[in-house]
Amino acid sequence: MAIFLDGGSRILVQGMTGTEGMKHTRRMLAAGSAVVGGVNPRKAGTRVSFDSREVPVFGSVADGMAATGADTSVVFVPPRFVKDAVDEAVDAGIGLVVVITEGVPVHDTVAFRARAEAAGTRLIGPNCPGLISPGRSNAGIIPADITEPGRIGLVSKSGTLTYQLMYELRDIGFSTAVGIGGDPVIGTTHIDALAAFEADPDTELVVMIGEIGGDAEERAAAYITEHVTKPVVGYVAGFTAPEGRTMGHAGAIVSGSSGTAQAKKEALEAAGVAVGRTPSETARLVRERLGAPVQGTA
Amino acid sequence: MDLFEYQAHELFARHGVPVLPAEVADDPARARAAARRLGGAAVVKAQVKTGGRGKAGGVRLATTMDEAEAHAAAILGMRIKGHQVRRVMLAEPADIDAEFYVSYLLDRTHRTFLAMASAEGGMDIEEVAATRPEALARVPIDAEEGVTEAKAREIAAAGGLPEAAVPALVALWRVFVAEDALLVEVNPLVRTTSGRIVALDGKVTLDDNAGILHPDHAGYQDPQAGDPLEAAARAKGLNYVKLDGRVGVIGNGAGLVMSTLDVVARCGAAPANFLDIGGGASADVMADGLGIVLGDPDVRAVFVNVFGGITACDAVAQGIVRALRTLDPAVVTKPIVVRLDGNNAQEGRAILAAAAHPLVTQLDTMDGAARRAAELAATGPQLAASGQGGH
Repeated sequence: MAIFLDGGSRILVQGMTGTEGMKHTRRMLAAGSAVVGGVNPRKAGTRVSFDSREVPVFGSVADGMAATGADTSVVFVPPRFVKDAVDEAVDAGIGLVVVITEGVPVHDTVAFRARAEAAGTRLIGPNCPGLISPGRSNAGIIPADITEPGRIGLVSKSGTLTYQLMYELRDIGFSTAVGIGGDPVIGTTHIDALAAFEADPDTELVVMIGEIGGDAEERAAAYITEHVTKPVVGYVAGFTAPEGRTMGHAGAIVSGSSGTAQAKKEALEAAGVAVGRTPSETARLVRERLGAPVQGTA
Repeated sequence: MDLFEYQAHELFARHGVPVLPAEVADDPARARAAARRLGGAAVVKAQVKTGGRGKAGGVRLATTMDEAEAHAAAILGMRIKGHQVRRVMLAEPADIDAEFYVSYLLDRTHRTFLAMASAEGGMDIEEVAATRPEALARVPIDAEEGVTEAKAREIAAAGGLPEAAVPALVALWRVFVAEDALLVEVNPLVRTTSGRIVALDGKVTLDDNAGILHPDHAGYQDPQAGDPLEAAARAKGLNYVKLDGRVGVIGNGAGLVMSTLDVVARCGAAPANFLDIGGGASADVMADGLGIVLGDPDVRAVFVNVFGGITACDAVAQGIVRALRTLDPAVVTKPIVVRLDGNNAQEGRAILAAAAHPLVTQLDTMDGAARRAAELAATGPQLAASGQGGH
């Protein structure tokens, strides 16, 4: 088991024939993901060769689903085309859409997120690294070779902090790591991932990485208090961020007194979450909770 | 991007939100000419992206052109909460009967849009929200449907706004959607003694991501705003925020860089900047970033913290070596602590070790490297050139 993505997931890549799409489709295939097609109306009917594998290109998500049984789409199209791409996938009835693209206008996200929810499609992102169930499948741009399959679940707003923790805890390994993205409006939230990890028999502990902006971490803390029995270890980035400045991620901004790292840390600790002060300390807390050997710090 | 009032006024007028005639001026003579065109009397208002300008003396009523010129002369150059006044807006005066508040904004928590409305206009709305929350109505808006006339009536009724405000509320929604705004706020929205509804002051925040849809939004950028290093970084496409400490920070990925700032601060040193070279950074981007950070006179030590996920650490190392070779020697005087881990970390470390630059120190861990950078910033660059250490 894993959450949202497993070895049976069949993946379409929207924007596969672009530079980023090509690069990461190759990596996904190398990681063992079942990438069954690309989508590009102008190249429908062609095939793209990735090392020894040929991947067909379809004119639409619906065509790709009909021909391959795809249930997952990974979106690499440029920001201005993301709304149409997601709407198309949602309307075709796909189960999971992962939007890697950064820089999507917020009004577009608000619209396609609501549409995905109404249709029962799970949306991850935008502006996220995707998700990986190591040894099973990789949908997005998370490097597959920095960790192993295992019993930790991870949900994070940040890509590189995800990689850092995956690497530091590679000897224990991960069931699934989900990068939910750093935009002000996203599909799958910390709470959605926590609920799924709670129900996943392969996950023993959850690492939750947050950052400044919004109140998702505070609401996740309230959810943990009510619904999560598995141990949760947290990390929050952005204690030193000045008010009113966007720190890289469009959603990472402290507005007035809201969205501070301190408030998030306190809410998580009040919910019984052990919160690390640095990524390495967070990894140590995970080892303690799991009774795992302490490694030389990575 | 937050807009100045005069820019918001322009967008309001474009989309049919009722506003009074107004002009913007950047010197007293132009202010005088603007007042003449407005009929002599004018309200002269400082253009700053902060609240409290009225209390600071940044809003004055002129009854004649002479007064308008004098007020402009007094207001231009003022500093209001750290913001220097470079322009004034002159607007036709209004006879106010009643003041209201209305805004549309992104509601992150509910992942949709929200209208806020109140009959307590002209006040600091955050104070109203804190002290008398019942006086501020919050009405969720369905993104698909938007603010129809019926919705506008609902918002007006909830907030205690007059029925006559309904067309203005619909027009304001057009601004919000058509311009891809994250916030449009009118405070106050007034009813004049003659019964007209007018937006007297406005605030607009545009979505930076939507610039791709609105080429004209680039014209709202304030070239004089912000730090010159931020402007230089922006010109190179770098994601950089100037802070006020002494440790320059470069990393890949927004979360990791924020985390790096925090770890540096925990080591007792204040970070000098946020610089994210991105998830797939190349040697060129690394070299550009190092140039910006070394060029900051406040920086006394630099911490390069990279976890190679997509980024390959050997490319980062090559960027560092190249930057140190090609940058103006006058700025290559500060110690640089490097921590490389993840993808191709061995190769990257070997490249730096082979280059053996006297300013570069490598350390294995983020926490240890942050501590070293903090120490070096405290002792100053002159003492720090200790070469390849820590391995």
